[in-house]
Amino acid sequence: MGRLRTISRRTFLVGLTAVSGGVAFGVMAARSDYDNPLTAGLGAGEAAITPYVRIDAEGVTLITPRTDLGQGGYHVQAALLAEELMVDPASVRIDPGQPAPAYYNTGFADEAVPFRPTDYGWAAEASREAMAGMLKIIAMQLTGGSTTVKDAYEKLRIAGATARETLIDAASQVSGVERESLRAEDGAIVLPDGTRLTYAGLAPVAATLTPPRSVALKPPTEFRLLGKAQQRLDIVPKSTGRQVFSTDVTLPDMLFAAVALAPNRGEVTGIDAAAAEAMPGVLSVHPVTGGAGVLASTTWHAMEAARAIRLETGPSPYPPEQEAHWAVLAEAIRDDNRNQRKRDDGDAGAALPASSRPVSEFRAPYLAHQPLEPLSATVRIAGGRADLWCASQVPGAAVDVVADVAGLPAEAVTIHVQYAGGSFGQHLEILHIRAAAELAAQAGGRPVKLTFSRETDFQQDFVRQIALARGTGAVADGHVTAIDLDIAAPSVMGSQATRTGGAQPPGADLMLTIGAWDAPYELRDFRVSGYIAQGLAPVSSWRSVGASTNVWFIEALMAELIHEAGADPVEERLRLIRDPFSRGVIEAAAEAANWGSTPEGRGRGIAFGHSFGVPVAEIVEVSRSDRGIRIEEVWCATEAGRVLDPINYENQAQGGVIWGLAHAMNCETTYAGGVAQQVNYDAYPGLRLYNAPRVNIIPRETSPGIHGIGEPTVPPAAPALAAAIFDLTGERLREMPFSRHVSFA
Amino acid sequence: MQLTVNGVTREVEVPEEMPLLWVLRDVLGLTGTKYGCGIAQCGACTVHLNGQAVRSCQVRAAELEGADVVTIEGLGTPEAPHPVQAAWIEAQVAQCGYCQSGQIMQAADLLALNPDPTDDQIDAAMGGNLCRCGTYPRIRAAIRDAAGRMRGA
Repeated sequence: MGRLRTISRRTFLVGLTAVSGGVAFGVMAARSDYDNPLTAGLGAGEAAITPYVRIDAEGVTLITPRTDLGQGGYHVQAALLAEELMVDPASVRIDPGQPAPAYYNTGFADEAVPFRPTDYGWAAEASREAMAGMLKIIAMQLTGGSTTVKDAYEKLRIAGATARETLIDAASQVSGVERESLRAEDGAIVLPDGTRLTYAGLAPVAATLTPPRSVALKPPTEFRLLGKAQQRLDIVPKSTGRQVFSTDVTLPDMLFAAVALAPNRGEVTGIDAAAAEAMPGVLSVHPVTGGAGVLASTTWHAMEAARAIRLETGPSPYPPEQEAHWAVLAEAIRDDNRNQRKRDDGDAGAALPASSRPVSEFRAPYLAHQPLEPLSATVRIAGGRADLWCASQVPGAAVDVVADVAGLPAEAVTIHVQYAGGSFGQHLEILHIRAAAELAAQAGGRPVKLTFSRETDFQQDFVRQIALARGTGAVADGHVTAIDLDIAAPSVMGSQATRTGGAQPPGADLMLTIGAWDAPYELRDFRVSGYIAQGLAPVSSWRSVGASTNVWFIEALMAELIHEAGADPVEERLRLIRDPFSRGVIEAAAEAANWGSTPEGRGRGIAFGHSFGVPVAEIVEVSRSDRGIRIEEVWCATEAGRVLDPINYENQAQGGVIWGLAHAMNCETTYAGGVAQQVNYDAYPGLRLYNAPRVNIIPRETSPGIHGIGEPTVPPAAPALAAAIFDLTGERLREMPFSRHVSFA
Repeated sequence: MQLTVNGVTREVEVPEEMPLLWVLRDVLGLTGTKYGCGIAQCGACTVHLNGQAVRSCQVRAAELEGADVVTIEGLGTPEAPHPVQAAWIEAQVAQCGYCQSGQIMQAADLLALNPDPTDDQIDAAMGGNLCRCGTYPRIRAAIRDAAGRMRGA
């Protein structure tokens, strides 16, 4: 199984479509369970009833294998387990555990099949189910794609219920009372006479029992935690400076490290570390992959010395100058380079013959992730073992890279997963973990904490895909009738795969046009084509991934066509959409904003987008002062199914809107000499309190599915802002960041 | 040199050029104060120096002889939070939480000087504190709540 798993994981990484062919062998194996990874670590009298619940003399530990990146991941996983286990999440321990196949994530199935998210037909549903089975076999433990809630909603409640029922069996055995007379309450099984048998006390007996194979779950009407506002478990430590993040890990005898890495990612041909080695506080300088690293007595000493290292490097493995990147994209749009045409309704070719209509060109730049906590990892290699302290969305891959550097089997590496000070996709990458391990290997068994400087973090960021689109369409009788959209971008899946030893996936890359090809518009003629641009800067998943560029393209084009048709942007979208959940969010946003009553001196725009299974509509209102455009207010309606914690949901959804607006306004990564030109927040400002708008979230809960909300509110923000600026000023924006063309207050 | 940190006198031997941020984090082990940018562009390292909010990444150790420094750890505790921290907890401001030490220290400084700030005054005081998660709507609500708590206290 180990070898199969390794190969399968890589196959997955080389592209979502590449695994489609493997579904057939997936279904049988998908029915069996993985070994419980907690069993191996149990002492006498301790129970691990499922991979998620460990009980010892100290009490209950809930295993929350999806990493907390700031999205409240631990909080929601604990609540799902606690709901059925009947414990108070605040009174139990939470542990992210060790990477294991049992913590597989099937939440990506919907994005990995070539069906529109609004297609609920037999073939689409069967394909999603088969893909979920395939993902279980791959057993990749990954946090991302807004999948935590979707993947965990049943799985963790079943785990909690299984543990509870096993504890009831144990209590029945211990007390001699029939199980029907027992009930679980606040960490104990209560006998009819009121006697409480604690879970910790029952653990030795529970450990000897076989858990039930099927359990009944509470109906949502009986939820005591889920759906209600709860205090996040990390809110007090995060409000009092007590929360430990990756960068805060402190160990006895620890060394502090920083790195100087080739800023243009060229091959390192020479390292001059003489000046750095002579600096105070520096212990030593060592080569690492892509550059050199410093071991020092504080992070400041290490960063100062790293700045003094001179690297000789070869050319960047991509065009050194930014204009050449745009040229590569433009050149990629040609018939013999077409990767896919996932949407081809009617006959857009006949409806829109070449040169019969003006073609609009839209641009979306590279964007860095840059969570406020820089990348960091602490590694200790000693005594034939290694320990790793870091945040990661792929803890298994993080363990593998440390094992690789240390020359140890993965079983000899323990990961202590830390809270991330933000991620937005950046913790899918492991470059910094490799460097930390390489330095730890030179540290004589002492732990080494590596912290990237902000400048290194920006320069080494595997950025959001750059993308260029050309679109045209037709209008008739006051309505939009046709759209033809060509999208060129580097393949995110291909780029990520290349870094893990894979290659560009064969066949259609579904992420390339996601958010556009699957838009629920029912046009007579509707065509979306995707083209992969090769040889550009390495890219990675960035909050909402493909939809972050493609919803901008299709909605910006739609806005222009609706304006040309003379139609109302809300009415025309509703006319073109049949999917009830998509219509629902558009109607809800319009109602909340009182659409049609734009105040004097304001401009309004609407955009709609579908990402990670969640339809979202956003209305943005802007004003103008002598200092520039100001974003005043946003109304954002979402449909993610049941909301598990309304406060955390609102916070995540607001954050996504602000993220989308901030980057659309004034952020981009450009290259000169192969080096990223924006290396700190002065050149990558984003939004601050003074220019952040009021953001109203209108959650709809009518969809039977359940989805995460960390990403889906990002994509519509940019096109809604562009439409609002057009409404106010008449200026049509087709290139992000908009600050290239308009001033913001 | 000698300085007072969170009411405790500390003796440190560090280079004159070392920023207060790293004295706190790597010498004194007070990791609640965060490194975000190193160039006073994000506010994550905000502490109170002699009663005023400063970016600790910009304060050289040479300036610290006899200084009185308060960090997030000294502002309040989980058991007895400062009113600003209590408001942050009540509003559940934090997502990743990495910027919030600096946001809270900046807001506490604002409210110490101006117990009833206008929206414009809040904007002006908080403009140097970056939150990549976008918790600004909650930060604004928490500052108003904290102001009310402090006036009522």
